[in-house]
Amino acid sequence: MGEILKSIFSVGTLNQMLRSATPVALAAIGGSMTEHAGIMNIGMDGMILMGAFFGALGSYLFGSAAAGLAMVLLMGILVGLFFALFVVKLHSDEFIIGCALNTFALGLTTYLSRSIFGSAGTKGNPALPKLHLPLLDKIPIVGEVLNNHSIFVYLTLIFVIIMWLYVYKTPQGFWLRASGEKPETLRTAGISPEKMKWIASILCGIFCALAGAHLSLGQLNGTFAENMVNSRGYIAFACVIFAAANPAKAYLAALMFGFFDAIGLRLQKHVSPELTGMIPYIITIVMMVYVVVRSQKKKRTKAQQKA
Amino acid sequence: MKDQNEIAVSFSHVSMQFPGVLANDDISLDIRRGEIFALVGENGAGKSTLMNLLYGIHTPTSGEITVQGEKITQFSPKNAIAHGVGMVHQHFMLVPSFTVAQNIVMRQEPRKLGLFFDNRAAEDITRQLVAEYGLQVEPSAVVQEISVGLQQRVEILKAFYRGADILILDEPTAVLTPQETDELFDVIRRIVAEKNMTVIIITHKLGEVMAISHRVGVMRKGKLVGVEETAHVTQRQLASMMVGRPVLFDQLARTGTRGAVQIAVEDLTVQNDRGLRAVNGLSLQVHAGEVLGIAAIEGNGQSELLEAIAGMRPVTGGSICICGQNAVGRTPGEIRAMGLAHIPEDRLATGVSKDASVQDNLLVGKHMLPEFNRFGFHQDTRAIAQYSQQIYDSFDIRGSGIDMRVGDMSGGNMQKVVVAREFSFDTPVLLISQPTRGVDVGAMAFFHSRIIEKRNSGCAILLVSADLDEVFRLSDRIITLYEGEITGEFDPSAISKEEIGYYMTGSRSGKELAHEEA
Repeated sequence: MGEILKSIFSVGTLNQMLRSATPVALAAIGGSMTEHAGIMNIGMDGMILMGAFFGALGSYLFGSAAAGLAMVLLMGILVGLFFALFVVKLHSDEFIIGCALNTFALGLTTYLSRSIFGSAGTKGNPALPKLHLPLLDKIPIVGEVLNNHSIFVYLTLIFVIIMWLYVYKTPQGFWLRASGEKPETLRTAGISPEKMKWIASILCGIFCALAGAHLSLGQLNGTFAENMVNSRGYIAFACVIFAAANPAKAYLAALMFGFFDAIGLRLQKHVSPELTGMIPYIITIVMMVYVVVRSQKKKRTKAQQKA
Repeated sequence: MKDQNEIAVSFSHVSMQFPGVLANDDISLDIRRGEIFALVGENGAGKSTLMNLLYGIHTPTSGEITVQGEKITQFSPKNAIAHGVGMVHQHFMLVPSFTVAQNIVMRQEPRKLGLFFDNRAAEDITRQLVAEYGLQVEPSAVVQEISVGLQQRVEILKAFYRGADILILDEPTAVLTPQETDELFDVIRRIVAEKNMTVIIITHKLGEVMAISHRVGVMRKGKLVGVEETAHVTQRQLASMMVGRPVLFDQLARTGTRGAVQIAVEDLTVQNDRGLRAVNGLSLQVHAGEVLGIAAIEGNGQSELLEAIAGMRPVTGGSICICGQNAVGRTPGEIRAMGLAHIPEDRLATGVSKDASVQDNLLVGKHMLPEFNRFGFHQDTRAIAQYSQQIYDSFDIRGSGIDMRVGDMSGGNMQKVVVAREFSFDTPVLLISQPTRGVDVGAMAFFHSRIIEKRNSGCAILLVSADLDEVFRLSDRIITLYEGEITGEFDPSAISKEEIGYYMTGSRSGKELAHEEA
């Protein structure tokens, strides 16, 4: 028992926490944008998968992680445009389109992966660099936790700050939130709410694709395996809802997911991995129960205001 | 200087064709600088459409609009704002979670470093506007937490911040108390006088037209049927112009005698959706053959009270008796079976099923009756159609027929479906909430006479309406409600609307009155 506890409460767990949290956090930043624009985006899982695949493909084809990353950005924008085309322009049901996007992404990446790489997928392609900050070496524990991560682990923190500022501190952020909360207000002010929704969709596509890039090019060395996203898009969506689309809070929620994911990985030595793998998802369910209770209260308040 | 001949807005042969509806039909109208112009007409007459054209929300099918001497070529709110047109919509265009200041500066936000929203500057700007126009409102207050009256001020200030000197107000008094209405009118008069602004008011309350406007334009079925100097017309003439025939607001004949108590509410407490106490130890009785009217500003417990009586909301304390039977803890169906019918305040949410046909809506609650149902499961479609058609005709419902989708009907006709259905149950008790909200003058007179007919035939009626005139017209007794408590009970012939207003705002209560008299 003591051994188990030791392995749970270790530096390695915290280190793993950051790694596990990063893709979820990146996707949750993107999801916060669409959420503020009033779009229920459950298509993030597919968006991440596209990013993961095309990152690996780019790296494989051009033999460079940078080329992979460029491809990821391009795909992110395309997926965002695709999503907005149906949801914003053609007024399709966002839930259905999200589902379709997930199914489509799974089918497309599996098909392409098998035809290009064969059934085993690909690995060992050029990956993104890990960052080593000599300064951190001097600090015990903290240094061990924070150092030697893929570059995305650090970039995510910067993205969180930038997007938090964007949403809450810039005029465009106000418009974004107004476009979801009361689009007519924006329209009568002479700003197109649809434009804000397009922007939100594209941003979401980019951040989700980056989340995928972290999985294939950052965390694993240029690896792609079928369905490697493993429902992280849904976890990210849960984080968005949990955080009321505040990117900073969504990041904390992602860290929480990362923490339990890390614990699950540690426990694998002692308990069956199928069981430990459930931990983060159970936590997600608990989070969602809390959210439902909270949103019901909110709904009641809203109904009250309407009356 | 005020120049009577300067034209602020000019419509020239403007038409607007929506799919299937000619909303505006060849309208030519000049509105002068510095005047208050009232635009009246029934629902669907095209008033709002005409103003939406001016505000650039739609592009006219044909014709020209000229603002301050400049012809409008591109129709968008942005361009309208650039030409100095501001509009306060009937449903406020405010983001509920933003502050007053954040709403006012939207699209022309003050910035820090050219990039960031400068909240402090936004609040300073708001304070300046407040001082300049004398419209008191707290810049840092969150919009969803302030009253509708204040929200309206925010809307007006927003228009001024955007540089409006032609201000369109769409049904501005629909949500206001008599006092707030007076205040609003004072503000409008003052800004028109001081700043030489042009104000266009869309309304269907003729009393207000007389009170505030210089000139009035009347619209009917998309056409402008007349423009008059307000001083030269009477309300009766305007009403006739609106409807296209003389409207008879006859004195409603009251007959019959007051009977036994049919609704008895004792010490009732009910919570609102937020779990706060909305009805607070309230007691009232309604007798057979009388209308008890409730006068209250929205959100003072009247909605919760009616919902509790109808069984749609749990009761946390006290008792309710309908026709002598306990109604607490019973389902709406059980309470209806005791002899209650209910015209709910929100007809779209609880009054009709908007995707169903007129026939299906009329039949709700009657599906299992033997005359419409064979063997307990088979609907007799012929009998149902016959029955629906008969009600359709007798209530003068206007639409494409009993198969019409209710959601496609106008508000007035939709309300006729609700009223026809509820009246057809012939119950001894009626709860009526907002019977004529969004209903035009002609239909309003129709509903009023039907309600009084019900009263005369011995129905006990509990009435809630945001329209004070209506409460006065229909009620035998009026009670005022403030924060879930009764603040007074009155004979409508012995009290003025202004007086009632004080009781509605809680600034006076029955107890104080008794004190004063003593």
